[in-house]
Amino acid sequence: MYTQAMDLIAKEAGNTTPATAEPEAYQREFDAKIDRGDFIEPKDWMPEGYRKTLIRQISQHAHSEVVGMLPEGNWITRAPTLKRKAILLAKVQDEGGHGLYLYAAAETLGVSRTELIEALLSGKAKYSSIFNYPTLTWADVGVIGWLVDGAAIMNQIPLCKCSYGPYARAMVRICKEESFHQRQGYESLLVMMREGTPEQKAMVQDAVNRWWWPALMMFGPPDSESVHSPQSMRWGIKRVSNDELRQKFVDATVPQAEVLGVTLPDPHLKWNPERGHYDFGPINWKAFWDVINGHGPCNRDRMAARRRAWEEGAWVREAAEAYAEKAKRRATTHPTAA
Amino acid sequence: MTQTPTDTPRRDEWPLWEVFVRAKNGLEHKHCGSVHAVDARMALELARDLYTRRQEGVSIWVVRSDQIVASDPDAKPELFDPSADKIYRHPTFYRLPAEVDHM
Ligand SMILES: [Fe+2]
Ligand SMILES: [Fe+2]
Repeated sequence: MYTQAMDLIAKEAGNTTPATAEPEAYQREFDAKIDRGDFIEPKDWMPEGYRKTLIRQISQHAHSEVVGMLPEGNWITRAPTLKRKAILLAKVQDEGGHGLYLYAAAETLGVSRTELIEALLSGKAKYSSIFNYPTLTWADVGVIGWLVDGAAIMNQIPLCKCSYGPYARAMVRICKEESFHQRQGYESLLVMMREGTPEQKAMVQDAVNRWWWPALMMFGPPDSESVHSPQSMRWGIKRVSNDELRQKFVDATVPQAEVLGVTLPDPHLKWNPERGHYDFGPINWKAFWDVINGHGPCNRDRMAARRRAWEEGAWVREAAEAYAEKAKRRATTHPTAA
Repeated sequence: MTQTPTDTPRRDEWPLWEVFVRAKNGLEHKHCGSVHAVDARMALELARDLYTRRQEGVSIWVVRSDQIVASDPDAKPELFDPSADKIYRHPTFYRLPAEVDHM
């Protein structure tokens, strides 16, 4: 998902065997809380592995929201109508907000905002593979809302009940906003499919063809290769497995594609009455790892855009600081003039 | 019993502010998150953009995070356990005849 790259750090985070150095009583209390389904709050004792894993998971998630503004941001100035432009602006603004909720949640674990941003800009931190694909036509905007936000919702709903309080609360807030994202995307595709020209309909189909497989990859590697998952499940910071979520997404999406009048680009996609699920074809995991490791179609562009935004925003940050300084000085020299 | 504020921000970082929003008159302000801002005015503006994009509030408070004094989580037993054995503080402790039990 937005934190697919968590599996990259499985080995690193693997040194989370209950730290013997930690007071055992604390560890027991922590385990009991997790078993009872209680939340862990910022100042509560927690194992170092739990803290580190959460920092990486929440910050990867935050970075994904922020970088996720770029593919759609590409179409804000070229949206076909004022209405679609207003909707897209609101949607992209929400994604920026999601990034901020999540950075704030990560900061409660003792990491600073500056460190988080530096990790993203230096390329050290990961973000979701899905945002390294280009948005070639207007139909991509609708397909992102439908499939990418749709996949995000599947993953995020169980996280609303994750064991770390601030993360869970951020997810509740985010989930409330995601439904708008998915619906606006689907509706804009519906308009194109029902009222559009043959070229516009072909554009929608083409966008679906390009985004389908990357959307399925959003759920992360198959459970058999997801070494990281068992510990995260134990800690209650992952509730449902990658494969289970992916299946749920496929099952929910196929009927939506039928209503829309598009096909999904998978010859193996077929209802399996015995399983009560849709079967689907094999996923190209090599392509997935290539994108995660920096070799997707847009990785360089995305990072360059983030760095440029940070550098070009420097004067705004400096001006705000200078203004606050000046206001403070004025308040102390002329206390009544405030 | 209390913890002195330890969330002092890094020198190169704008202070952190906790945001409280009143959803509508008649309800209390409720904590909803935090923002980094150079001063109170900016904190209010950012909180408005971040936490009230869909009419979630009619009033916002911002408080510098390093000004909040919190109880020590390790003191939880001393602070909160004593009330566990005072069941007579709850109405359900009192058994009354059925005819008047809706009291
Ligand atoms: Fe989002
Ligand atoms: Fe979204």
